[in-house]
Amino acid sequence: MKESAILQCDDVTVEFDGFKAVQGMNLKLEKGELRFLIGPNGAGKTTMLDVICGKVKPSAGRVTFDGKVDITRKKEHQIAELGIGRKFQAPSIFPSMTVAENLEISMRQKRTVFATLFAKMAAEERERIEHQLTMIGLQDKTAWRAGGLSHGEKQWLEIGMMLLQEPEILLLDEPVAGMTDKETEKTGELLHQIARKRSIVVVEHDMEFVRNFASKVTVMHEGRLLKEGSMDEVQRDDRVAEVYLGKRRDADVSRSTA
Amino acid sequence: MRLQKLTPQRLWILLGYTAAAAALFSAPLFVSDFRLNLLAKFLAFAIVALGLDLIWGYTGILSLGHGIFFGLGAYAMAMYLKLEASGGKPPDFMGWSGLKELPLFWQPFQHFGFAVVMGIAIPALLALVLGYFTFRNRIRGVYFTILTQALVIITTTLLVGQQAFTGGTNGVTGYSSLLGFSLGSPDTKRALYLITVVVLISIFVLCRFVIGSRFGKVLRAIRDGENRVRFIGYNPATYQMVVFTLSAAIAGLAGMLFVLHVGIISPSMLGIVPSIEMVLWVAIGGRGTLIGAALGAILMNWAKSEFSTAYPEGWLFFMGALFVVVVVFMPKGVAGLVGQLKFRRKRREPEHERVRNPAV
Repeated sequence: MKESAILQCDDVTVEFDGFKAVQGMNLKLEKGELRFLIGPNGAGKTTMLDVICGKVKPSAGRVTFDGKVDITRKKEHQIAELGIGRKFQAPSIFPSMTVAENLEISMRQKRTVFATLFAKMAAEERERIEHQLTMIGLQDKTAWRAGGLSHGEKQWLEIGMMLLQEPEILLLDEPVAGMTDKETEKTGELLHQIARKRSIVVVEHDMEFVRNFASKVTVMHEGRLLKEGSMDEVQRDDRVAEVYLGKRRDADVSRSTA
Repeated sequence: MRLQKLTPQRLWILLGYTAAAAALFSAPLFVSDFRLNLLAKFLAFAIVALGLDLIWGYTGILSLGHGIFFGLGAYAMAMYLKLEASGGKPPDFMGWSGLKELPLFWQPFQHFGFAVVMGIAIPALLALVLGYFTFRNRIRGVYFTILTQALVIITTTLLVGQQAFTGGTNGVTGYSSLLGFSLGSPDTKRALYLITVVVLISIFVLCRFVIGSRFGKVLRAIRDGENRVRFIGYNPATYQMVVFTLSAAIAGLAGMLFVLHVGIISPSMLGIVPSIEMVLWVAIGGRGTLIGAALGAILMNWAKSEFSTAYPEGWLFFMGALFVVVVVFMPKGVAGLVGQLKFRRKRREPEHERVRNPAV
């Protein structure tokens, strides 16, 4: 294992009642890397993210964070505290709270009962939140109930919440799903900005969107690793094309990638 | 955060609270002793409602077992009062069941201080234990509510069954004095009323502090999306345990005051029906607002005592109908009505006008 790997998944297998959603999947993420995880429906992409953030416990395999901690045994909130942030497919924010409150509780801080009971907003914290609000373009809507935001704004708010968490790794599940072209473009810019400082794993269906980034792409199929490489390499690959076009889904595909 | 601007709106709210507090404190000057005693009882209920609102209104966890926490506080105080009345000898009901000696666990209740501490600690501890096993195992929603109902049934069965120790169905009654002051005298009653007012206001301020803190925001976040809170890095179970325990402690405190005003506690006062009624006060008053919960408790009980003297059978039907109306038309209760009207007015204004009171 090289020192630079921030996250390493080895032979991860996930079973749901006998059905293997992920089978012996390997994934290695370098520090500061932006990685796309693509693949047809049911390939196990979201399940992989679930494993990394602790939502799902794998039946076999290891997930090592920062070269030392095996996180498969940790609880969700412990993993989050270690520095892995997750953005879900459907925007999940706290709808009855204001935009500012959403950001306030997400912000990196001590999360014990005692600490939150007596927490006071420091000037520096206020600045961080305001900076974040500008970055996600919600500076004029701080006092809005988050539930009243548009779909795209909710997505950004969630990204903003995650950034304030200051995680080492961000896991994004289809961040541009349901966004207008303009919103998608803006999200892309946001991702570029974020990727300068942190490692990111993005699950995405939108190939156009993925093509905008010159970064490594991992293709999954039926719970296994199918191909890893640049977008060009991936697109030239016959097996990937087959899987996506669904021409010949015969046994050699999965055998040759196992 | 504390130094917020004194907008006209804030000023009115502050004036309202001051007026309400002044009215409560001066009530003994205008109200007959009988009415004052009733009001004192309602205020004790208002205290439970505040605690219940913390867990239900703000954290989204419905407890149908608060009668028990309330009752345990009440029993602790009742044990002290009973021993003071009997001069430390085994109370009358123990004699009827053939118990000659004062049981060991009754003995320390001769001390007022011990009884008061236990009246808060026992319900709190019970809630902590129940909360530990449920919240940590992610039992929530209806399943949690059913468990609290089970707790009610177990506790009342125990209280009724262990007649020699608890006074059975009759409960514990027949007190004479509190720390030497006769409970029958109007002066004591007035003093107890004022103490209740002070406790109510203190608990109100405490709840305001909790809700206004970042802790309170996490509670609301748990209500909105427990899982999301987890992925931010908070452990919701700890927060739920703490707030459930706090809520039970407040209920216990209210129970102690209740016994002092009413002079009796029996299993029927902490069973299923009273537990559900407590939730109704909060629902009708307005959950998620402290003032709504407190007012709900006071108004509902006042209405109950007025109506049930005039139409004893009609009350339950009326309460049921009221509950349906509130749930269907006023999801945030009476207190929410004010907010709904305000919101309607606000909606007509241009959107940027809605940006007010930023927390940042």
